[in-house]
Amino acid sequence: MCLAIPGKIKSIEMQYDGRVRMAKVLFGGITKEASLEMLPDADIDDYVLVHVGVAISKVNEDEAQKTFKYLEEIGELGDLTDVDEYLPKTN
Amino acid sequence: MKYMSEYRDPDLAKKYLEEIKNTVSRPWSIMEVCGGQTHSLVKNGIIEMLPDSVTMIHGPGCPVCVTPLNLIDKAIYLAEEKDVILCSFGDMLRVPGSQKSLLEAKAQGADVRILYSPLEAVKIAEDNPDKEVVFFAVGFETTAPANALSVVHAHRRGVKNYSILASHVLVPPAIKAVIDDEESKIDGFLAAGHVCTIMGNTEYHPLSAEYKVPIVVTGFEPLDVLQGILMVIRQLEQSKSIVENQYARIVREDGNPDAQKVIDEVFEVRNQMWRGIGEIPDSGYAVREKYADFDATKKYNVTIEEAPENPDCISGQIMKGIKKPFECSQFGKTCKPTNPLGAPMVSSEGACAAYYHFSGLVEA
Repeated sequence: MCLAIPGKIKSIEMQYDGRVRMAKVLFGGITKEASLEMLPDADIDDYVLVHVGVAISKVNEDEAQKTFKYLEEIGELGDLTDVDEYLPKTN
Repeated sequence: MKYMSEYRDPDLAKKYLEEIKNTVSRPWSIMEVCGGQTHSLVKNGIIEMLPDSVTMIHGPGCPVCVTPLNLIDKAIYLAEEKDVILCSFGDMLRVPGSQKSLLEAKAQGADVRILYSPLEAVKIAEDNPDKEVVFFAVGFETTAPANALSVVHAHRRGVKNYSILASHVLVPPAIKAVIDDEESKIDGFLAAGHVCTIMGNTEYHPLSAEYKVPIVVTGFEPLDVLQGILMVIRQLEQSKSIVENQYARIVREDGNPDAQKVIDEVFEVRNQMWRGIGEIPDSGYAVREKYADFDATKKYNVTIEEAPENPDCISGQIMKGIKKPFECSQFGKTCKPTNPLGAPMVSSEGACAAYYHFSGLVEA
């Protein structure tokens, strides 16, 4: 039910007497329409998360990389703690 | 697909599993609130690959599963007796009511339609001005903006033959109810990423602080779920209990304010009945008086006698994480997706359906 999928905005047009911004969003090879009323800043080529015909979030590219770097980051933090233990103690 | 397939990388998944094994020093129970995460865990075999000391408990995050039986009976009554075009999401139509499901009502001649979006229902109402159209609007906070938007669209376009039968449930009060339940012992939570996409993380800080539980807002792909589990375990091992956001590529701290505005325009918070669990205070949405003309419960003042639940179905205990699907004596025997005794065996987010299809416990 809460399934939502990221896709790329191909085009945007105003519908319903020019009152609603609707996007054509490309998911892999499938194009579907989505309302942009909850994402007024979304533009062509943006990746947006779509749920039941409504775009609800814009994908943040910088944050998207963090899952791939998380293990390295916590590893480095761990190393730092180890290094601390070997440093000469100062009083 | 970009932003999906790269989060299924098996090599990195192994590294995450390794790190989880290296981090755990004692047994922990973690609840994934959302049924979508339950499916990801079971379908991808993550549960078997986790160390024995990490127990995943499956939460109540399946809106179809917690929609009251009586409301399903009402929807069927509207479709059959009031000659309305009854629309909803596919899962909702398959859930058994006390006599039949909406899909069975359809097979018997009622006009029941599966839709992808509630916005399509407004279009159907416009195209059928001589018929009444009711959208059975179920869902968590994720789906509330779309359902609310359909009412705003209908109102704006002067569509008078459209209404929604709303059964909305909210996650934070459910987490509170789960923690307060004496039988459940949960050390940390994976919060539902798409719910937080709408509402943000702010509601979870007081919960985490009051109950001293780590809450990690988590996505749905295998790497998301594994990272979320690792983040919870790291907190538990360090005796921390804060809210962290694993799914920051999608979820902002304050959620989506435009979506919250639409929800607030159409809905107000009320006590809500959860099937299998009972009433939870302030855990649902009712349509505001301003939009009463679009509220099917007011438009059709239908009272239907409460039917008893199937006594063999333990869905309440499943959804509170007290029992696993395979601990039910009916699982895979009398209760199957083709002949479900309860909603968790029907929905694509139901824990019983996930175990039936993917756990290897039942031979297809």
